Amino acid sequence: MNMIQALNSALDVTMDRDPDVVSFGEDAGYFGGVFRVTANLQKKYGLDRSFDAPINEAAIVAMAIGMAAKGLKPVAEIQFADYIFPGLDQIVSELSRIRYRTAGQFTVPVTIRTPCGGGIRGGQTHSMSPEAFFTQIPGVQVVMPSNPYDAKGLLISAIESPDPVIFFEPKRLYNGPFEGHSGGALASWGKHPKGEVPEGHFTVPIGKAEVVREGKDVTIVAYGTLVLVAQAAAERAGVDAEVIDLKTLVPYDIETIARSVNKSGRCIVAQEAPRTSGFAAELAAQLQEECFYALEAPIQRVTGWDTPYPHAHEWSYFPGPERFINAMHAVLEA
Amino acid sequence: MAQDAPRFHVPAPHVRPGDTPDFSHFELQPAGEAKRPDTSVPGMETRDLALGLIGVLDHNHQAVGEWDPKLQPDVLREGLRHMVLTRVYDDRMLKLQRQGKMSFYMKSTGEEAVAVAGAMGLGKDEMVFPSYRQQGILFARGRDIVDMMCHCISNSRDNLKGRQLPVHYTWAEGNFFSISGNLATQFPQAVGYALGCRYKGDGQIAASWIGEGSTAEGDFHGALVLASTYKAPVILNVVNNQWAISTFHGIASGEAPTFAAKGLGYGLASLRVDGNDFLAVYAATQWAAERARKGHGATVIETFTYRADAHSTSDDPSGYRPKGENEKWPLGDPIARLKNHLIGLGEWDEDRHAALEKELNELVIASYKEAERYGTLHDGPLSPVESIFEDVYAEQDWRLRRQRQDLGV
Ligand SMILES: Cc1ncc(C[n+]2csc(CCOP(=O)(O)OP(=O)(O)O)c2C)c(N)n1
Ligand SMILES: [Mg+2]
Repeated sequence: MNMIQALNSALDVTMDRDPDVVSFGEDAGYFGGVFRVTANLQKKYGLDRSFDAPINEAAIVAMAIGMAAKGLKPVAEIQFADYIFPGLDQIVSELSRIRYRTAGQFTVPVTIRTPCGGGIRGGQTHSMSPEAFFTQIPGVQVVMPSNPYDAKGLLISAIESPDPVIFFEPKRLYNGPFEGHSGGALASWGKHPKGEVPEGHFTVPIGKAEVVREGKDVTIVAYGTLVLVAQAAAERAGVDAEVIDLKTLVPYDIETIARSVNKSGRCIVAQEAPRTSGFAAELAAQLQEECFYALEAPIQRVTGWDTPYPHAHEWSYFPGPERFINAMHAVLEA
Repeated sequence: MAQDAPRFHVPAPHVRPGDTPDFSHFELQPAGEAKRPDTSVPGMETRDLALGLIGVLDHNHQAVGEWDPKLQPDVLREGLRHMVLTRVYDDRMLKLQRQGKMSFYMKSTGEEAVAVAGAMGLGKDEMVFPSYRQQGILFARGRDIVDMMCHCISNSRDNLKGRQLPVHYTWAEGNFFSISGNLATQFPQAVGYALGCRYKGDGQIAASWIGEGSTAEGDFHGALVLASTYKAPVILNVVNNQWAISTFHGIASGEAPTFAAKGLGYGLASLRVDGNDFLAVYAATQWAAERARKGHGATVIETFTYRADAHSTSDDPSGYRPKGENEKWPLGDPIARLKNHLIGLGEWDEDRHAALEKELNELVIASYKEAERYGTLHDGPLSPVESIFEDVYAEQDWRLRRQRQDLGV
């Protein structure tokens, strides 16, 4: 399966098992979403379980909250992560706090799915990676898979979670793995081990990272598209790097990454988003608290620039293999 | 599994792919019937106009009724030229996108009158806050075609330095604000600009355009509240082209009878206009502009039209609507209607029309050749790479300077 099919399968499996799961969003009903993640669900489950929403992201999030309060399990699609901001107030002030402010009398287990990230020549309004904003909101979990297998297992976990989840889908990986080279043919998930996805129900736990490449000289912590880029860069540089796919940003798996950094003594943290106050900054801060005495070099960040995502020069913005290789040299030579 | 009937109402269009296009359920007020009140009329007294349909060109292509703006043949020919140019340009740009010359494109086919007549009725000095489907405004205001193309192919002469997706134009000199990819944001901004005009007392007014699907956004409603509260000199156009990507107009309108009717709820003058009727759009815009200039406040104008082509180059409408719907559109094609009107007046003929199409086709082809001389997206030259760090702030701080160094440019 590619990532689109895997996500579609996760929705199909959960809707089939649980009649309270509903899916909606802009163009997400009859047509099945502009990326086709919700394809065929309306035909299979009916108009009231997979439907088109008016173009109002605040109302979409708020509707999900109301439905969840009534006991449904809403999965709302925001067409692009760049368009989630009109819904931000409903997420920050409402969705995240309902359990807390009602002392558990109400809970709103909403899943918000949204494609993120660049690499598709989408310009500044179809390329953002706004995940760090959401890690600043106590009460929501934040997830970003990097392959079809995890996408399906994590989405099922998200829908079944008792708490709200913001589920970021790196759209550059929808149709195939991507190692960060702008040119060349599109690769296929068909030949990738993580493209092998079981048809039925299974879960990948929220809160667990995975070592996707073992190594002893440096630890690279990444999530989403950059996991594959980091792996490819380590191969190319011939560096014995351990690459960790974080998968969940909140709550992140400090145990797995700290164990690796304590072993390697060197660390690179990566994100596609702009550099300042990105999630990599949180990782670097926490890792220096946990691993300071094991560190042999300052932790390096590989990030996008502190600019909007450019259109024509998208590949000068995207943190590709070159930037990873430079960072590996920097930490190894320090 | 699917329920027999949905447990709550979810609107659906009358026809879907495979069905025969059918607009027989539309009740459309005939051209010439709508009354034209004074521009000082209280907003609530425009109720009939918000629920009806202002039309000037009738089935015989004659101008009828109180809304006829009685334009000189030269003005009509100018409008026709801008509309044909818009269509020819869109068709060419689509082909070039298919050849990989640009990353993305959005056509306005079938909706040319909305932008061209709107721009001409407004005049060149007023500020516009368009959506991404009013390229016709640029032609009506005489923007250089080569410049427009240089933006779309993101080359070294792109006035936006390759930062924006194609068709997301900005042209300050032409009083044309920056087009956002984020829907509806321009609507309340236009109101703010219009209030700024009052503040400065320079007599300028503002106009904005939004798609019918985007009227669901809070920003649409925010704009109407502001415009009503402050009696802003602004024209708020809702382009009802029936579709918002794959969702039909009913998902945004719900039970509301028309999009213009939403304006009434805020006490604003509200007009519903045949958007494929050049004369009607022109006349309604002129009316609203006069109302704004005289201090009577804002007008909501719904232009009733049809998105004849795909949403964008990323879209394939065959997945959600019947093929050939645009040919069945009951209000016809805006270019054909104005052309036939001019022919009826004895001011135009088929030969001149063919010659115009040929001339504009050649102009567009020659313009593209020239545009390519300044570079292409794939082969460059583009704006200098270091320009990605410029204009984030007035001055680059240490972070951007350092990041630029890191990139080695
Ligand atoms: C805030 C926001 N949400 C969603 C989108 C994605 N989107 C782009 S165009 C579009 C449909 C707009 O339809 P409409 O307003 O009718 O304008 P039209 O394209 O028909 O001119 C959508 C949902 C967006 N660009 N911005
Ligand atoms: Mg529309």
